[in-house]
Amino acid sequence: MATTTTTQAVRRDDAAPAPRRGRRPGVGRTSYLFLVPSLVLFTLAITVPAIMGITLSFTDSVGFGEFDFTGLTNYVALFSDPAILSSYGFTIGFALVTVLVVNVVAFLLAVGLTSKIRGKVPLRAVFVLPMVISGIVIAYVFNFLFSNSLPRWAGAVGFTPLEQSMLADPDLAWITIVIVTAWQAIPSALLIYVAGILSIPGEVYEAASLDGASAGRRLRSITLPLVAGYVLINIVIGFKNFLNAYDIIVGLTNGGPGTATRSVAMTIFSGFTGGDYAYQMANATIFFLIAVVLALLQIRLTRGKAAL
Amino acid sequence: MTDQTLRTTAPAQVPVAPVRSLRARDRDDRTNRPGMVVLLLCSVAVLLPLYATVTMAFKTTRQSVDGNAFSLPSPLSVDGFVEAWRLTNFPRGFTISVLVTLVTVVGTVVLSSLAAYAISRNWDHRFFRWSFFYLLAAMFLPFPVLALSQVKLTGMVGLANPGGVALLHVMFQLSFSVMLFTAFLRSVPEELEESARLDGASTWQVFRRIVFPLLAPMSATVAIFAFLASWNDFMMPSLIIADATQQTLPVLQSVFQTQFSSNYNVAFASYLMAMAPAIVVYLFTQRWVMAGVTQGAIK
Repeated sequence: MATTTTTQAVRRDDAAPAPRRGRRPGVGRTSYLFLVPSLVLFTLAITVPAIMGITLSFTDSVGFGEFDFTGLTNYVALFSDPAILSSYGFTIGFALVTVLVVNVVAFLLAVGLTSKIRGKVPLRAVFVLPMVISGIVIAYVFNFLFSNSLPRWAGAVGFTPLEQSMLADPDLAWITIVIVTAWQAIPSALLIYVAGILSIPGEVYEAASLDGASAGRRLRSITLPLVAGYVLINIVIGFKNFLNAYDIIVGLTNGGPGTATRSVAMTIFSGFTGGDYAYQMANATIFFLIAVVLALLQIRLTRGKAAL
Repeated sequence: MTDQTLRTTAPAQVPVAPVRSLRARDRDDRTNRPGMVVLLLCSVAVLLPLYATVTMAFKTTRQSVDGNAFSLPSPLSVDGFVEAWRLTNFPRGFTISVLVTLVTVVGTVVLSSLAAYAISRNWDHRFFRWSFFYLLAAMFLPFPVLALSQVKLTGMVGLANPGGVALLHVMFQLSFSVMLFTAFLRSVPEELEESARLDGASTWQVFRRIVFPLLAPMSATVAIFAFLASWNDFMMPSLIIADATQQTLPVLQSVFQTQFSSNYNVAFASYLMAMAPAIVVYLFTQRWVMAGVTQGAIK
């Protein structure tokens, strides 16, 4: 009853929030004071730049001075620009491979961590550790390992393909980016899988064991289908994050050799120089649309999960 | 009485639950030995790069150039740290990173808990419901999409500095944090607040004295994620901060890629100093980090 009163008070405040003297004085107004600062800052910091970016993507702006509206020119040009297309090709390919690697490894580790082993708490603490380390810094560390240590060991055992730095090889450099990104992304996927596996009632496994199902059979017929929702969530979250790849690539290859490992984020940032401002805004807008599709997918999937 | 029970038990359950249930499966049957061996090997793979960072940091420059990252330092040397401290002007970079992170953490917890409280208690009012979805929409907007405009705008309003980075960090954390707080607040019964109101407490007092303390476990999770995102970020400060002498620690590490590129011991000492604070914080806050990942994904 009391709640309804407040709501009505608030609703009437909608147009002009003013102090109200009712059963709970000032409720409506304070609620606005709690929320409005966030809304204002958010609008200035996120919404305004977003609208500005989308608007400028239809112009020939170079980042300063006057500009004219040019319609869809930038967008048309994007789809025939080999540099843009190859950055999308690289980023999407890299994201797909990394999602696969991360999820297979994280799932297997989660199965291991939830099985009957000792020391699982310290083990899990170690597996989660990479999550808290700066991407750029760990990429610099791996950079040294790939360019100095690995060739040295390859030379020592006579394995010629790796005697040259992988980072300098246009065909192999992307593998290093997958490795480092996976190293850092496995922890969060792993934790989600652990939560998923622990949500399966133990009785299901007991019943399966009594019926004589082997460990492999239980994994395939119980664990996998029952965590399918978590697999989907991990794939979407991971893919969304990997599309934004930047820090780790800067630390490893900086987009090279040549432009072999240039991600979409890197091409967008090239708009700061070279007079491509509006053009890269258009690129960012396309990138945004892809992000929207993935975010909607994520919301759908997580909603479905909450309902379970 | 009910008051007390709620305050002590309800919040504590959220982060502890996963740890307990993970242990619960230990009790029966034999242990999975092959699985354990594989897991131990994998944990070595996780730790190797960190081990290499430590050994490299304590080497002399002469030993560090031989490329064998995993050999133990001989002789043990702290020259790398001394040199890195000086080269990156560590005290300044550290102070700036700490300030940016502190503002981000405090700003995120305060703004998002207030906003989430207003939203969850006025949910049947359109303005608050729509605000929730509006704030959530930033999950659609990764930084690269907004970077070009944000760099330009921060430059125009005099925020091309660590202050601007902190503001943007808070804004990018807002969606996730408001979502977590709102979900949590829905499970907190309103009766507590009602009784305090009958005693004459204002909305602010109710929030400050009753709601905010109840939110503590969620605030811990939100704070840790804000801390990690802000402390470790490279992309945003590298683009937003115009003056190189005001850069944060992760961005300062790039100096070893161009100049001083063969003083590996110095570079690794610097890397170690940049990552150590996050590792230390993690060691003390593991359970909230772990709880946060699952809540963020499934709620």
